[in-house]
Amino acid sequence: MIELRDVYKTFERKGVSHEALRGVNLKAEKGDIFGVIGFSGAGKSTLIRLINHLEKPTRGHVFVDGEPLDRYGVKQLREARKRIGMIFQHFNLLETRTVFDNVAIPLVLLKKSKKEIRERVTELLEFTGLSDKARNYPKELSGGQKQRVGIARALASNPSILLCDEATSALDPQTTRSILDLLKRINEQYGITMLVVTHEMSVIQQICNKVAVMENGEIVEQGNVLDVFGDPRHPTTQNFVRTVIHNEVPGSVLQTLNAEPESRLFKLKFVGPSASEPIIDGLIRRHDLKVNILFANMTEIQKTTLGHMIIQLDGAAPVIDRAAEYLAGQGVQIEEVKSL
Amino acid sequence: MNTSITSDQLFRALKETLTMVGFSLFFASLIGIPIGILLVVTRPGGILANKWVYGILNPVINVVRSLPFIILLVAIIPFTRLIVHTSVGTSAAIVPLILYIAPYIGRLVENSLLEVNPGILEAAEAMGATPFQVIWYFLLPEAFGSLILTMTTATIGLIGATAMAGTVGGGGIGDLAISYGYQRFDTFVILVTVAILVAFVQGIQSVGNRLARKARRES
Repeated sequence: MIELRDVYKTFERKGVSHEALRGVNLKAEKGDIFGVIGFSGAGKSTLIRLINHLEKPTRGHVFVDGEPLDRYGVKQLREARKRIGMIFQHFNLLETRTVFDNVAIPLVLLKKSKKEIRERVTELLEFTGLSDKARNYPKELSGGQKQRVGIARALASNPSILLCDEATSALDPQTTRSILDLLKRINEQYGITMLVVTHEMSVIQQICNKVAVMENGEIVEQGNVLDVFGDPRHPTTQNFVRTVIHNEVPGSVLQTLNAEPESRLFKLKFVGPSASEPIIDGLIRRHDLKVNILFANMTEIQKTTLGHMIIQLDGAAPVIDRAAEYLAGQGVQIEEVKSL
Repeated sequence: MNTSITSDQLFRALKETLTMVGFSLFFASLIGIPIGILLVVTRPGGILANKWVYGILNPVINVVRSLPFIILLVAIIPFTRLIVHTSVGTSAAIVPLILYIAPYIGRLVENSLLEVNPGILEAAEAMGATPFQVIWYFLLPEAFGSLILTMTTATIGLIGATAMAGTVGGGGIGDLAISYGYQRFDTFVILVTVAILVAFVQGIQSVGNRLARKARRES
């Protein structure tokens, strides 16, 4: 469990103060993969560093598993940090140590016995698919392998929380996918709560169940990923959602769109079961009108299908009204638009 | 070629240089390496940021380092006498050599440690490492290759400084070159001592480079 309560963070540099966070409230329950998305400079790096107190809040409170970190002394804080793993954009591995020794470091800090360390590290390397790289140095690994080492190292001390700071931002799309799969597997297998900071909406889409959108040090929108993706309210959220869900009619289609006076345009949204029903077929069979599909898209979020469609209906006005009612009755969210 | 020195004299000078370099390097490292670490950890934003320690240590090092060795050598004679109970000879030269080279090592170590990727230190802190653990398990191992080069540079600087040790009767190769080669126009001595010094410096530098490469896993 991670909770930020009305957190402010102000940096002072040469007399100029900069408000990095302004009244942030956030709560990730046990087992959540909580995503924080924003453009660079939005304050997400500061936010994630507040959770393990690499940065101290100027005001407000931080709780991790119910522990009030902001009231802790240096020693208590160090102990608490051992229960919070962290992975980084640039991996931050020790270049002069082997993969094995890198993963072993948190256990060395905990003064575990050689035997215990060997067993735990072997297990972690197997879990992350690095067994054959134990004797290699980070320099000899690819970016994805380095991040796997970072993940294995973060898990070594059996944390209840994992903080991911732009963990896939330096990786190519294919490697990103395999790292995200690994994170998801860790979450499911060990029930570790994760806080994921990113600027890529696809990361949120693939693994998160909750999301907060940040801008200028504030959370402008947050909620379940499916709700936020399905119905983004804030312009910044809409921008981010648009990067993974396209709901714009392509320009070439717009050009050929025949502006007949009778025809009307509708935006349809299908969530869950309604996305897999043959609704359009029913629409055509039951109503005497022409259906022109201008745009259609399906996305999977949280194992739920989310469909977007833009259709042009051509026919008599009352028939079109009845058709719209029919669609709404089938569980489709429907909205008439005047122009595109 | 005519020369006025014997091979015994040459060997003794060699031994004196090695003694001076060896002893002063050892003791100066004992002082200089902790100074370098202290400078890095107490600087603003460091893991043990302390403006008092840093604010005093930093200028003191600058003051000592701004003194030319020949000045330092004679200026601290009373101090030297206090430590080794004499103001002449090889051991009397070692005291000022330590004082001269320790702050230099401190600065070089500081530079080496500052090269360590700050992200690694952040990772260390995130793991809940104590300041000692950060230094011992993260900072020093990551800077090890660079620290070897630092010690190489310090050693070579030390060899240069020993040439002036003759002023207090410290002896050594450099002293031989000045008192026989230069003051008695003995070209042979000049050539031999220069050759020895060049061989020394080359040898130390190439050993240092090789060790540093190995430490950095580049070989």
